Amino acid sequence: MANLPMFLTLISLLPFLCYSFSPENPTDRRILVVLDDIGLKSSHSIFFKSLQTRGSELDFKLADDPKISLQRYGQYLYDGLILFSPTTERFGGSLDLGAILDFVDSGHDLIITTDASASGLIRSIATECGVDFDEDPSAMVIDHTSYAVSDTEGDHTLIASDDFIQSDVILGSTTIEGCVKQAPVLYKGIGHSLNSANSLVLKVLSASPSAYSADPNSKLSSPPLLTGLAISLVSVVQARNNARIMISGSLEMFSNRLFQSSAQKAGSSNRYEKSGNEQFVTELSKWIFHERGHLKAANVRHHKVGETDEPAMYRINDDLEYSVEIHEWSGKSWEPYVSNDVQIQFYMMSPYVLKTLSSDQKGKYFTSFKVPDVYGVFQFKVEYQRLGYTSLSLLKQIPVRPFKHNEYERFIKTAFPYYGASFSAMAGFFIFTIVYLIADGFHSRHQRPVIRKLAGAKFDRIVSITIFIFNALVMILHCHHSLLALAAKSFNEEVGSFKIPRSHHTIYCAAEYHVGIGKIMKLSF
Amino acid sequence: MVGKMEAVNGVKSGSNSTASTFQSAFFKPDLSLKSLKLKTKQQELLIRVSILTLVYILAFITRLFSVLRYESMIHEFDPYFNYRTTVFLTEKGFYEFWNWFDSESWYPLGRIIGGTLYPGLMVTAALIYSIIRFLRFAVHIREVCVLTAPFFASNTTIVAYFFGKELWDSGAGLVAAALIAICPGYISRSVAGSYDNEGVAIFALLLTFYLFVKAVNTGSLAWALASAFGYFYMVSAWGGYVFIINLIPLYAMVLLITGRYSMRLYVAYNCMYILGMLLAMQIRFVGFQHVQSGEHMAAMGVFFLMQVFYFLDWVKHLLSDTKLFQAFLRITVTCAVGVGAIALGVGTASGYISPWTGRFYSLLDPTYAKDHIPIIASVSEHQPTAWSSFMFDFHILLFLFPAGLYFCFKRLSDATIFIVMYGLTSMYFAGVMVRLILVATPAMCLISAIAVSATIKNLTQLVRTKSKVAHTGSTKGTTSGKASSKASLDQSLPFQRNGAIALLIGAFYLLCKYATHCTWVTSEAYSSPSIVLAARGAYGNRVIFDDYREAYFWLRQNTPPDAKVMSWWDYGYQITAMGNRTVIVDNNTWNNTHIATVGRAMSSYEDEAYEIMRSLDVDYVLVVFGGVTGYSSDDINKFLWMVRIGGGVFPVIKEPDYLVNGEYRVDKGAAPKMLNCLMYKLSYYRFGELQTEYGKPPGYDRARGVEIGNKDIKLEYLEEAFTTSNWIVRIYKVKPPNNRW
Repeated sequence: MANLPMFLTLISLLPFLCYSFSPENPTDRRILVVLDDIGLKSSHSIFFKSLQTRGSELDFKLADDPKISLQRYGQYLYDGLILFSPTTERFGGSLDLGAILDFVDSGHDLIITTDASASGLIRSIATECGVDFDEDPSAMVIDHTSYAVSDTEGDHTLIASDDFIQSDVILGSTTIEGCVKQAPVLYKGIGHSLNSANSLVLKVLSASPSAYSADPNSKLSSPPLLTGLAISLVSVVQARNNARIMISGSLEMFSNRLFQSSAQKAGSSNRYEKSGNEQFVTELSKWIFHERGHLKAANVRHHKVGETDEPAMYRINDDLEYSVEIHEWSGKSWEPYVSNDVQIQFYMMSPYVLKTLSSDQKGKYFTSFKVPDVYGVFQFKVEYQRLGYTSLSLLKQIPVRPFKHNEYERFIKTAFPYYGASFSAMAGFFIFTIVYLIADGFHSRHQRPVIRKLAGAKFDRIVSITIFIFNALVMILHCHHSLLALAAKSFNEEVGSFKIPRSHHTIYCAAEYHVGIGKIMKLSF
Repeated sequence: MVGKMEAVNGVKSGSNSTASTFQSAFFKPDLSLKSLKLKTKQQELLIRVSILTLVYILAFITRLFSVLRYESMIHEFDPYFNYRTTVFLTEKGFYEFWNWFDSESWYPLGRIIGGTLYPGLMVTAALIYSIIRFLRFAVHIREVCVLTAPFFASNTTIVAYFFGKELWDSGAGLVAAALIAICPGYISRSVAGSYDNEGVAIFALLLTFYLFVKAVNTGSLAWALASAFGYFYMVSAWGGYVFIINLIPLYAMVLLITGRYSMRLYVAYNCMYILGMLLAMQIRFVGFQHVQSGEHMAAMGVFFLMQVFYFLDWVKHLLSDTKLFQAFLRITVTCAVGVGAIALGVGTASGYISPWTGRFYSLLDPTYAKDHIPIIASVSEHQPTAWSSFMFDFHILLFLFPAGLYFCFKRLSDATIFIVMYGLTSMYFAGVMVRLILVATPAMCLISAIAVSATIKNLTQLVRTKSKVAHTGSTKGTTSGKASSKASLDQSLPFQRNGAIALLIGAFYLLCKYATHCTWVTSEAYSSPSIVLAARGAYGNRVIFDDYREAYFWLRQNTPPDAKVMSWWDYGYQITAMGNRTVIVDNNTWNNTHIATVGRAMSSYEDEAYEIMRSLDVDYVLVVFGGVTGYSSDDINKFLWMVRIGGGVFPVIKEPDYLVNGEYRVDKGAAPKMLNCLMYKLSYYRFGELQTEYGKPPGYDRARGVEIGNKDIKLEYLEEAFTTSNWIVRIYKVKPPNNRW
């Protein structure tokens, strides 16, 4: 009954909620926080508060709440999910392993935290994300050399680690500006290893080489399975759809207590008034919830040099221009992303063109190149993947066609002997015909019977002569064709691309048109 | 023009001494000779025209079974491409068609369609379409395409008539027209809906041959010119023109050798060759092959030989001294042959003349394709012909053919030599490849027509002369025709008349049988569109499987417009034409490597295949599966060819991996690689749960009659997207790479 008003407000808010967050304007997130103990809400309040002050709207639910659900009517109600429920074996409502993975696979972010009492469910979620928690249920990360110095000399399960990933994008750049050195992060919990088959998971906070994972309350009977640098304390995954996942084996790391406690690493004289936890967790959560390192591409354009419209198809050897704008989300607005390593490929099974795009330092990247002398279905391909940034994959399919029949050069220098041959043959034909028809005495006596034999009718005689001439013509043309092929070969070496066939067609046509037979062929051009 | 020449010719042959049917009817005793002559001629003309008209109509309507039984649709595989291009041509015009670069097939290579097809068929159909539209008949282009082949088959009967008349007499022409109108060998490629190149090409082939024979007979340039244009049309329509450009020089060569060289031949051959060649060069796909390809060199060689002959003739005319001429002859011939051989050698060595292609070799040597070009051998219509299919397609023509040859040899002329050569060579090719039965069909019909016509004429003459003998003994002396002289010789034989009548009845019976056989074959075997399958149900009712169209329609409606579909090449044309989606390979098998890549993907394990499919941007995979319906020409039965073609380019694919003791099987005893390759998985996915036949275990493959060996198939990288109602076509979606891995 108590839920009814909340349900109603949710329903009434739904239209707003649906439009509050979008990839174009990634603010005002709604985040579902699943707790297995309501006390966590107060014991971890600093973390939650920092999220809230950054504009996120948190919705706290107990893990066994029967109303718990990620989506309603096919729409996701949340943009992020925080699992602070290490012991939960079964969630209430419709939340389960599959639902959580679907949530991630549809582009939403996830934070999983657990502790020594990690349940099978949490472990299997983590396994699906590419990390394996230590299978021993009582094991914790123990480090006898870089433990956190505290008032009570414990069993060295509270460790201080400052082995961070070297990425300003993920952890923010304040570490450099702020103090000389980042305070170590206090960590108490279980360790995990990365699945080597997963290429996307990254170690953000690593244990020291001397750490190992074992039950602190019993004697080591066998060598621990997880040791040293293989132990990851905090890992992140950026999925292919840019959903981000954070996995940590220590719920305490987020707690107010460790946020506020001082930190000193054993063996180190530096004592920090405040541990690095708050900064680390806050910065990492910024990254997880896409407040940093989020790129988008806009205004992808390509066109021929000198034109502005995007063609549906290019021709081989066209000169084209390509441009794209890349923006980065600063947490409040889209800022131009400046870099000098964005590359474009003109790709058909392998890149035919690979160029680094030049930048105008205002987020616009552009280049121009010549379409290769190969026809086919190409792709403009910008694959931009940098550590910490969302991956940009811009694919644009574009066919490249060969020359049309009327796009070749009509006259080429190398073919001049060829033109000469055909025109002289044509001239010869006319002269011969006229002489044959008019000058009767032209023929010597012995030739006449032969020709007379050919055919009786006058029409036939004319055509028969045509055939003689064609014979001669074809022989001449063949000679020249081979000459031309040789010429073309040398020409080819100089210029590169050169096409013979078309000119031949025109020549044959011209010759035939002259004698009045090739009208049909003429039509085909 | 043609009609006029015919008329002139008819008078000539009539005035000649050859005995024709009406000549004997001529001398009926009790009527005035003069008035009867006109009347019988008119009657005869009337009968001839009406027979031809009937044959013309018959040829058309006998091909309509498929339309009546199914619907007005395009059949099979290649016709879908032709249909698609025709639609393009009518919509976008000739220039766009000529320059058409198709990015929807052979992804990502694309295909220059304008330069790699024979445009004759499409242009013809588009022309017919525009004429019909001009006459204000609102027809759909599909109807025109469907009926193009029957229309041209009808036209072929007319050509066959004139050809028969040119070869023998008008009686033989009529018989030839009737025989070819219903001959199953021809009908198989020209039923309504079979919108393929062969539909018009056989018409063009026969027309070219007819015009050439006419040119050789008359020595007229006009006929030779016409034959060159016929050749042009043939070149524009079908790659089988190579047969013409080799048969005609062969024929000329035979005439030269047998001493039948004449000025008529010289004129006909030279004109036909040179003009035909120049015209053929205008077809983009053929281009310069006439001067550059080894397959066309025979024609050129004979052309030069002809010039040498002509030259020698001239020299012989000049020189009166025979001895001197003999010496000259020897030198010239040696020189000519030597120069020709050197030219050919240099041309071949320098690469100017391309060597014979594999297709040509496989025609000459039936075993060549099997060893060297699996892609040719894999096509069912390229298999060597079985005797049964000769019988099926030719029926009595098979027995009449030798008889016709006998008659041809008995009355040897330039024309009969031609038809004999045409008949013999095409019969050889028909034996090499099933589909070439089509080329042999006109020759079979013509030669058989000669046999039928000559036999029946002789028999009727026997029957008639018996009654005539008493009255007009004197007329017999004037008829010097062989038939009548033979008749007078045979007069002494007893029961001659009765025997003749019995034989006539026998011939009539055979021809009737032929007609019924042809009709039966047409209706039962050759009228199936193969895109819609029909089977007999349990109660003898007709069951229609329309799965192909269901699948293509699904593709068209449910996939993104730029989706790429991978399938074996057989279905490429149909997917682009009906599904309107991009395909990786199609029936235009121009790039063997690309096909081999697809073959490799199909025969690899799923993870390897996934890599290949990703590299080709494949979105959907389509397989054809006949295990549920018992449809035997499915992908599993074609699979070994995929392995062979894939293995031909990628040696990692080895045929023995898919066989067990050289045996191809899909049941429990199958090779492990077979049971886990992509094609097997896609074909039999979820099939293990299905009970296909009563009394058989689930997963019983009805096409192969075995229980499948791998019933528990899991797909990792693909997911089932669509399976048609009878499971004939199965479409799978290629999953994107794992989101979190």
